Formats: sequence, C-alpha cells, structure tokens
Amino acid sequence: MSLDLPQGGAPKISFQNVTRRFGDDQNAFIALDRLNLDIADGEFVTVVGPSGCGKSTAMNIAAGLMTASEGQVLVDGRPVSGPSPERGVIFQQYALFPWLTVRQNVEFGLRIKRISAAERRRIADHFIDLVGLKDFADALPKTLSGGMKQRCAIARAYAVNPIILLMDEPFGALDALTRVQMQDQLLDTWSRERRTVIFITHDVDEAVYLANRVIVMAARPGRLHKIIPVDLPYPRTEEIRLSPAFAEIRNQVWHAVYHQNPQINQNSR
Amino acid sequence: MSIHAAKHVETIEKARANMRVPPLLLNFVAFAFAVTIWWAITAAKLVVLPGPLEVFQRALQLIANGQLPLDIVSSLRRVLTGFLLGVALAVPVGFLMGWYRVARALIEPYIQFFRMVPPLAVIPLAIVTMGIDETPKIFVIFLASFLSSVVATYQGVIGVDRTLINAARVLGARDRVIFPRVIIPASLPFILVGVRIGLGSAWATVVAAELIAAQSGLGFRMQQAQLYYDLSTIFVSLITIGVLGLLMDRLVQAAERHLTRWQERVQ
Ligand SMILES: Nc1ncnc2c1ncn2[C@@H]1O[C@H](COP(=O)(O)OP(=O)(O)OP(=O)(O)O)[C@@H](O)[C@H]1O
Ligand SMILES: [Mg+2]
Repeated sequence: MSLDLPQGGAPKISFQNVTRRFGDDQNAFIALDRLNLDIADGEFVTVVGPSGCGKSTAMNIAAGLMTASEGQVLVDGRPVSGPSPERGVIFQQYALFPWLTVRQNVEFGLRIKRISAAERRRIADHFIDLVGLKDFADALPKTLSGGMKQRCAIARAYAVNPIILLMDEPFGALDALTRVQMQDQLLDTWSRERRTVIFITHDVDEAVYLANRVIVMAARPGRLHKIIPVDLPYPRTEEIRLSPAFAEIRNQVWHAVYHQNPQINQNSR
Repeated sequence: MSIHAAKHVETIEKARANMRVPPLLLNFVAFAFAVTIWWAITAAKLVVLPGPLEVFQRALQLIANGQLPLDIVSSLRRVLTGFLLGVALAVPVGFLMGWYRVARALIEPYIQFFRMVPPLAVIPLAIVTMGIDETPKIFVIFLASFLSSVVATYQGVIGVDRTLINAARVLGARDRVIFPRVIIPASLPFILVGVRIGLGSAWATVVAAELIAAQSGLGFRMQQAQLYYDLSTIFVSLITIGVLGLLMDRLVQAAERHLTRWQERVQ
C-alpha cells in the first residue's frame, strides 16, 4: 500500500504555529506552543504524550471547537474557522444523544444536511452494519455497552462523510480486550472508507498499532516533541503486533514519551 | 448476544414490572388501616370528629346535589389555567436565561426575589389591583407555578452536557437546530421535575387562595363549613383536595416517566 507522506503533495491538515494560551495576558498559561505539523491525505496519525501536553487542545482547535491564540490550522489549504461536518469528531465520552436510538443518532447529521428519509435510512444502515450494530439499530444508547456506544459514535461520524476524523482517546474507557477488537474494527473500517485520521491516545501500543506516524508531544508548555514513523504494512495483524519490528518502534515511542528532557524555560517564550 | 440479549433484558424488565404490583396492595392495606383507626377513634368518641361513614354519606349528598362536582370544577379550572399559563411562560423564559448570559443576569434577580415571597402574600395586593373576580386567584397560581418551573428549566439548560452540544456542532448543527434537537430534549427531565413541583405548589396555592377570597371551590366550601361548624363537609373537602392533588401528581409523574424513558436510571 503506497502512502502519501507529507513531503509529496499538499498536506490535508496543516498546523501552522498553532499556539493556545489560557488565562489573562499577564500570567497566561501556554497549553500549546507553536505547533507545526503536516498530515497527508488518507494518513492515520496517532498522538501520544503526558497528560496536559495539549493533545485535546490541538484537536479541538482543528475541530473548530476552540480558537487558536496564534497561528492557524489549514484543511486543504483553507483556514479552519468553526466546526464543520467535513471534520468528524469522536469524543472519549461517546457523546451519543441518549434520547435517540442508534439509527436516529447516526441519522442526526444527515437530517441536518436535509437528506431525504429513504436515503438517510440507507446511509445509516450501511454504517451501522459496518460497525457491527445491525441488531441494535433501534436500541437506545442506555442499553448498549461502552464498546457498542463508541461504535455507534464512529458510525455517526462516518455517516456525514467527513474527509477527516478527529478522535480524542475514543477507546480510553474500554477494557483491554474490547479495546483491541475496536482497534481492529477501526482499521478495517478505515481501510474500506479511507479518511485522514488524527487519533489521540495514552496507550503506546495502541499508538503504534494504528498509525502511519506517531506524534509524541511534551508538556509545559505543550509542544511537539518527536515524530516517529511506523513502517509496518497494513492490514495490521496480531502477528505484526507481536513482531520484533513492532517492539522496536514501541520502545522508541515509549522512550520518547517517558524519558523527555525537562524543559528549562517553563511557561515562557 | 444481539437479539437474544435484548430479549433477555426485556424479560427481566417485565419481571420487574410484575414485582411492582405488591406495593399497590401495600398502599391499599395502609389505606384500610388508616380508615379503621379513624373509625375506631371516632366510634369510641375519643375525639369529637365525624367518623368515616358519616363523611362518606356527606360526600354522597354533596355529589348528589351537585355541590362537590361544582367545587371541584371551579378549583381545577383555576389551578389548570394558572398552571398552564405559568408553565407556558416559564419554559421560554427559562431557556432564554439558560442560553443567554445577558438574559440570565437581567432576569435572575427578580426571580430570586419573588421566590422568597410566598405567593399567598401577593393576594392582598392582587385583590386590590385586580378586583375580586377570578383574575387575582389565577394570577397567584400563575406566579407560583411560573416561579418553580422557570428555575428548573434554566438549571436544566445550564446543565446540558457541553459535549452533546459539541457533538451536534461537529455534525453541522447551528444554534437554530441545536436548540430544539439537543437543548430541549436534554433539559426535558429537569423541566418536568419543575412542572411537577409547579403543579404541587399551584394546587396548594389555589386551596389557600379560595380560603381567603372566593365564592366557589373546595377551599371556599371549607371556609363556609367552618362558619356552620359542618365538620363532615370540611372532611370531604380535605379528602377531595388530597386525592385530586395525588391524582394530578401521579399523572405528571407518568408523563414524566414516559417522556424520559431514554434516561439511565438507578432503581
Ligand atoms: N478551558 C481551559 N482553561 C484553562 N486551562 C485549560 C483549559 N483547557 C485546557 N487547559 C489546560 O491546558 C493544558 C492542556 O490541556 P489538554 O486538555 O489539551 O491536555 P491533554 O494533552 O489532552 O491532556 P490529557 O491527556 O489529560 O487529556 C492543561 O494543562 C490544561 O489544564
Ligand atoms: Mg485530553
């Protein structure tokens, strides 16, 4: 499988000097400091880093849910100015509408796009099937397990046909077994419905298993630390997960996350 | 898993529903017990109060001569008019307060102030300014139900999970869509709690208002009976007030359960 790496062609997403400060000007807290990052079309990028290093901040700015204090995020060369269905977001807390059934949740974005009822149903059923929730299409979220809720959220995000998927620790709340199953299902879905994905995680294994490239961030101030390419073929299998090559990359990432040099000029530029 | 699991859950829930029958039986036992005690005390002439039989006969009389139904209709009409007007205004005002900071800052002090004034304390003023017909009574009930519903509504709106709003926004929803499709359903459970409390306070207020100023209604009837030392009629009115209040509360509760079936509940 060939990959459009950033050096070839225009990037799909481009973080340009993205900075975000919180608090007043005098003693502002720098949550994200001059992030520069290009992501290619169809690329699967994972982001890891210590808690509070600005991962969610960067993602929320890319989603258009938060504004940057300085710099900008470009999507296809155009600056992001607010949320848009072309950038699907999957939240850690699922964020399903509890009063709607699985199908109605998946149809939510399609209704807003004013797609006809029959077409809506067809699209929704396709994605519900894709994430394996066919038997639960008419169930309310409260009757679903955590993994099923997250699959529903993924189907909902896919249904509006986004060109980019932003996922903030989507599997954080799941048990280890469900998590591995979800990873395989996500890669499977991604290989069939190719999107550009930014996936935040705390789990180094997960970061390596899913990604084309792992972005390692550092805290205080939140910033880019290291980019580690994952030269392993897709589809990723258990065999790959247990291979020496995987272990090698995993060690690299682990080292980059847990043995970061302390930043001396804290909170100042 | 799948369909099987769903069926299983359904069966468990049905079994649970069946287990809820005994409480009704217990309720009846408690009721019968109270009536028996009442009967025993009055039959033994421990207190000078009418017994259950006497009150029951009086109730039949009052139904037969049409007075009780008339009183019920007058009281219910007042309470429902004031209550519906109150809720109809409280919901939009509550949404406004929850959604727009400016509206909240402007309106909240008034709400908090009036909440501290018992609705009945407004009656003298209402009678002087609005006359002695239905208007002051309905106004007071309107006030009572408005105040309790408006606070619940706006707290419901404030409490709506930010991530649900964000989830809607990233799916392409603008405020115009988020409002009816996310804010209203998400705050509905709060609103309904407010409505229920509002109805309770409206009912309490109407009876008290009729004691002070009315020519009909259950409260008025008790007031009249008091003049003639007609204890049986007072008992009939009291019991009617309690039963009607209970029925209305159960009705709202049932509607609430139905409308918020989607909520995860700890039972
Ligand atoms: N609304 C806010 N107001 C003030 N500070 C904030 C706000 N949001 C985030 N921060 C701060 O910015 C920093 C980065 O937050 P962010 O949520 O992006 O971290 P994160 O990398 O996603 O962490 P985690 O892995 O724990 O989710 C944190 O120190 C946090 O305290
Ligand atoms: Mg985060």
